[in-house]
Amino acid sequence: MPLQWAIVFLPWLGAAALAAVPNLRQATLANIGVSALSFLMAGALAAMPFAEHGWTRTDALNLPFILVASFVGLTTAVFSAATLDAEGFDHWRIRAYHAAYQVFMGAQFLALVADNLGVMWVAVEIATLATVSMVAVHRTPAAFEAAWKFFILCGVGIALALFGTIVLYLAAQPFLQEENGLSWAALMGVAARCDPATLNLAFAFLLLGYGTKAGLVPLHSWLPDAHAEGPVPISAVLSGLLLNAAMLAVLRAKSIVGANPDAIAPGPFLLALGLASVLLAALALWRRRDARRFFGWSSIEHMGLAAFAFGLGGAAANLAGLLHLLGHSLVKSAVFFGVGRAAQAKGSQKIAEIGGLVATHPALGWGLALAIAAIAGLPPFLLFASEFRLLTVAVAEMPWLALPLVLGMVTALAALVTVLQQMCFGAPTPDAAGALDGWREWAAAVPLWLHLAVAAALGVAMPAALAAMLAEAARVVG
Amino acid sequence: MSFGQLPYDLSHLLGGSVLLLSFLLLYQRRIGAVINAFATQGTLLALAAAWQGWVQGAPGLYLTALLAFAAKGVLIPLALHHIVRRLDLHRTVETALSIGPSLMAGVALVGLAILAVLPATEGAGALAREDLALALSVVLLGMLMMITRRNAISQVIGLLSLENGLILAAIGVAGMPLVVELSTAALVLMVAVVAAVFAFQIRERFDTLDTASLEEHRGERR
Repeated sequence: MPLQWAIVFLPWLGAAALAAVPNLRQATLANIGVSALSFLMAGALAAMPFAEHGWTRTDALNLPFILVASFVGLTTAVFSAATLDAEGFDHWRIRAYHAAYQVFMGAQFLALVADNLGVMWVAVEIATLATVSMVAVHRTPAAFEAAWKFFILCGVGIALALFGTIVLYLAAQPFLQEENGLSWAALMGVAARCDPATLNLAFAFLLLGYGTKAGLVPLHSWLPDAHAEGPVPISAVLSGLLLNAAMLAVLRAKSIVGANPDAIAPGPFLLALGLASVLLAALALWRRRDARRFFGWSSIEHMGLAAFAFGLGGAAANLAGLLHLLGHSLVKSAVFFGVGRAAQAKGSQKIAEIGGLVATHPALGWGLALAIAAIAGLPPFLLFASEFRLLTVAVAEMPWLALPLVLGMVTALAALVTVLQQMCFGAPTPDAAGALDGWREWAAAVPLWLHLAVAAALGVAMPAALAAMLAEAARVVG
Repeated sequence: MSFGQLPYDLSHLLGGSVLLLSFLLLYQRRIGAVINAFATQGTLLALAAAWQGWVQGAPGLYLTALLAFAAKGVLIPLALHHIVRRLDLHRTVETALSIGPSLMAGVALVGLAILAVLPATEGAGALAREDLALALSVVLLGMLMMITRRNAISQVIGLLSLENGLILAAIGVAGMPLVVELSTAALVLMVAVVAAVFAFQIRERFDTLDTASLEEHRGERR
């Protein structure tokens, strides 16, 4: 089996095996093992030359995302092993949780690695199904409400994406052989000859459909609730991975439409959705009382920034957008590790009830403080580098749009700093639970700090190979 | 293939009937009747898929037709009737927008779908274009139903009929690769939504299947 498929089927086989393991300790260790193997496979995939293989492809655009996905998948599995006790799962839910986690990871890899847009659609759908069940897993009314909203809105979203995929095929049909009809590479090849009006129609549906999954305003309302319910590791992978897969699908659609000079320019649509997301999220951040909802809204802001960058287009802005997506994956999952652990320690995920972490839990408090600073776009982390690049391009190319963008970014920054001060440096609130025993305390802290270290290292000194790959990816997006 | 030839006329008739059933869904006032109308729509969709399988010489579409009939014509409607009985739901449809304006909005949406699709697809064959316009109308009417009905079962049926529109679009595009796989995957999603209604038992937890009451649980209130 070629490695592109192995990285998809390994987690799925792991899911089948994990569904049979009722013991918490064995299950968490096996979960880490499967995730570590996936990580190794992703590394091997990155070391191989780019290839197209049946329904899959590896290129400069998806390889960085595959690497980050496998890394976040591994660290989240470690964090999950340390903190899953507190979720209070019975043995059925332990099985279901680990199986759903690996089903999600496999679907995530498939969505990233897919060349065939139909396969990509199916992968996004499977990822949605796996996460919906986990958002509802605590069976509280709030969890059901979040899962129901997630399901219905994303159900409509991916239905629209399928409609867009069908219209896209209709546009390209006269120029294609039947067997590779939904292949992105084949569609790119014939895009310039397709009927531009049909391409426009397809792009509208693909953008709306996958944009819903990416949490772009006005299709975002499922996102904060889905991030607030369910186990913390699921929030981390939802925000860190699923949003990227959806955005990658939007980028694939954008590159096809962009390859036809007579079709509508996709940029302004992304600019509008992106700016709306940034502005709405920046204001909404001020009204949140629930820490996980707060950071869910922050994900909307960051997806908005990335969409804005891709909307500007051109190599420099695309590079900024790609860096932003990767940085957001690393840092947002770190934030969720910190917030999740803090919520366990303080017995509440209300911002007002998590205070003074630096005084009561120094390692966690400082880690979370740095992670929130990183998500706010402060140096030296990767998001600073990407936001800086984005702003320089925006100011140079569209100064009148850069103004509201900066306004949104500053408003969001202020909200994040306020929450940072309250949660990390404010008056300490009483603890609800003691420290985790032995290795668990370490295993809960290491993923957070590791993500911060990687985000800082990439922000300061990007390895030349990765930088070259991303520069090429920025050209692919077009 | 054009107007006046049997393959074209029958495809058109079946596609049009699916759209007609979408309007029927919009003006039913009793939940049982809504479910029955949906079952009819599913059956018509299965017939349309089978006919396209015959016309295009694509045997895979027979499988799509069979699955559509079994799931949407029979099993999902039975399951929905069962939910309504077991949870003892209100048997009337609770509307957010009353029926007259809903129907008018529906007509406007069909007009919109035709205006969006027909000029945009001049390169494609007549049948594919008109089938796509019908399919988009069904999709939009499904969304309209989701927006204008307050009751979770009606919203689920709106989503299910929206998906009928997708399948109608997919089977109308001759030679579409993976059409069987994609329609099956979409069906799996819909079955999961129906399963979620069972699993969540929203009635027992929220006392009514009116989704407005779910808003109480957003967790934003102190």
